[in-house]
Amino acid sequence: MTTIQTAPKAEPATPAARTAPGLDIERIRADFPILKLQVNGKPLVYLDNAASSQMPRQVIDCLVRYQSTQHANINRAVHTLSELATNEFEAARRKLQHFIHAREEREVIFTSGTTDAINLVMHGYGRRFIGPGDEIVLTTLEHHSNIVPWQMLAEEKSATIRVVPVNDAGELLIDDYEKLFNERTKFVGVTHVSNALGTINPVKQMIAFAHARGVPVLVDGAQAAPHMRVDVQDLDCDFYAFSGHKLCGPTGIGILFGKAALLESMQPFKGGGDMILSVTFEKTTYNTIPHKFEAGTPPIAAAIGLGAAVDYLSAIDMDAIAAHELALLDYATEQMVRLPGVHLIGTASHKAAVLSFIVDGVHPHDMGTLLNLEGVAVRTGHHCAQPVMQRFKLPATTRASFAFYNSMAEVDALIAGIRAAQKVFS
Amino acid sequence: MDDPRALYQEVILDHNKKPRNYGTLACRSHHAVGHNPLCGDHIDVELNMGKALGSGAAGQSIEAIAFQGSACAICKSSASMMTMAVKGKTRSEAEVLINEFLDMATGKLEFADAHHIGRLRVFSGIRNLPVRVKCAILPWHTLHAALNAMQNTSTEAQHDPMHAAIGDA
Repeated sequence: MTTIQTAPKAEPATPAARTAPGLDIERIRADFPILKLQVNGKPLVYLDNAASSQMPRQVIDCLVRYQSTQHANINRAVHTLSELATNEFEAARRKLQHFIHAREEREVIFTSGTTDAINLVMHGYGRRFIGPGDEIVLTTLEHHSNIVPWQMLAEEKSATIRVVPVNDAGELLIDDYEKLFNERTKFVGVTHVSNALGTINPVKQMIAFAHARGVPVLVDGAQAAPHMRVDVQDLDCDFYAFSGHKLCGPTGIGILFGKAALLESMQPFKGGGDMILSVTFEKTTYNTIPHKFEAGTPPIAAAIGLGAAVDYLSAIDMDAIAAHELALLDYATEQMVRLPGVHLIGTASHKAAVLSFIVDGVHPHDMGTLLNLEGVAVRTGHHCAQPVMQRFKLPATTRASFAFYNSMAEVDALIAGIRAAQKVFS
Repeated sequence: MDDPRALYQEVILDHNKKPRNYGTLACRSHHAVGHNPLCGDHIDVELNMGKALGSGAAGQSIEAIAFQGSACAICKSSASMMTMAVKGKTRSEAEVLINEFLDMATGKLEFADAHHIGRLRVFSGIRNLPVRVKCAILPWHTLHAALNAMQNTSTEAQHDPMHAAIGDA
């Protein structure tokens, strides 16, 4: 097939700045148009990255380029645009494959996000292989999206959910995890990084323990993939899920990684076009993976945009990102523990750059409003992780969550904002 | 009042620190619990309704009122000032004030028209903080639920709680 001359070749989304080992934060920040905003008359200090991250110009440009010059439906028509769009979409799949070091590209399934990916595993794997009396192991640190699907399955199949507890620092009690296993244990779901507390869980060790007992493991990577190098072969996880919009990509897109043999053994989740090889009213033959799990027209532009986002992050280097975020975490923690009346919730020794905290006499919602008046965007509430809040006997916390484009000066702005709020309530 | 910072003023901070009518009643006739499931706040409102002074239930008056719960400063001070404003009022007077407060919180109250808002006007700035309107109105929803013998209410119970109908239940 021919290509049309007017369609510019996709340029890899490369950040303007690439300075190893330290990041040139000012040059990186210049890639993000939204970071130039003023909010309530103050420069935006965006510290709600665990909820959703911002998008660099390179990804925005990719979306514009795709919609302007390449869009058509994929996997269908013989015309040039359809071929272009299909190629771009599949190229994005390969980018994601390399980003997480998956063995094969067919192990990467595009979903609408982490929640969709976990629901896919629940329907595709859980409903086929988990039965009455079986046990599913989850942890106290799970986001609701890695709890509720399994509760729905447990109710349908008369299965049981067992929960790994945490200590006062917000770390999983691995001895208790291991003790939960028995001959009825059929599945483990664990978050790589706690969205509410930032705890980085020892998932590799947990996976090895489960595999020694023949139990597959799903890792919720929504809070890990944007912040550290993820290698699914090294982890040996059976499933790994994350969202594009927490990773400088668009909303409405995410991936499920699954080991090919497992994905092949699973039943489809959604039925429709693209996931079939042939359809008659007597019998439908399903497509091969990954297409078996991608019914209907996917969010093509969003997938291609996610590909551009991982290009962008990879060019900066995930290890450099992790190192900068660790420096932010250390600095912010050091500042925060010095503030009288401020208590960090979640003090794991191995943490992502998330600071969940409470302040004596200042409710998190008032803190959130007062910080917002200073231009500082944080999340307040239960963070869709109510079991974590129940564990620490709190209705809510304030959460500042950092990304690689945050600066030390923004930590100072957060600390100043907390002090100003304390002054209002003094 | 248009500066959202003005909301965190002395009177609201004072009621947050020293909420009035905080606790439980020895003798209660009506009771409801209000939740804001999005943020986890909850407010428990208890009433002791007296005998009808006028015609039927509408003439019953609030002889005693108390609240307790876990909530932000906006919600707690709103509840505290609400208890002071409605104590001694008849059921129908209280319902009028509930409606006026909800209208004020959502920017629909015309202060030029006759109203009974009085000192509650310190909350008028909440209309400039749409995400916090639910905090201010939760106690009032809960009072309405208690008056109408509904055990539970929630800011998410109605399709759009900011514009929820608070008429006769």
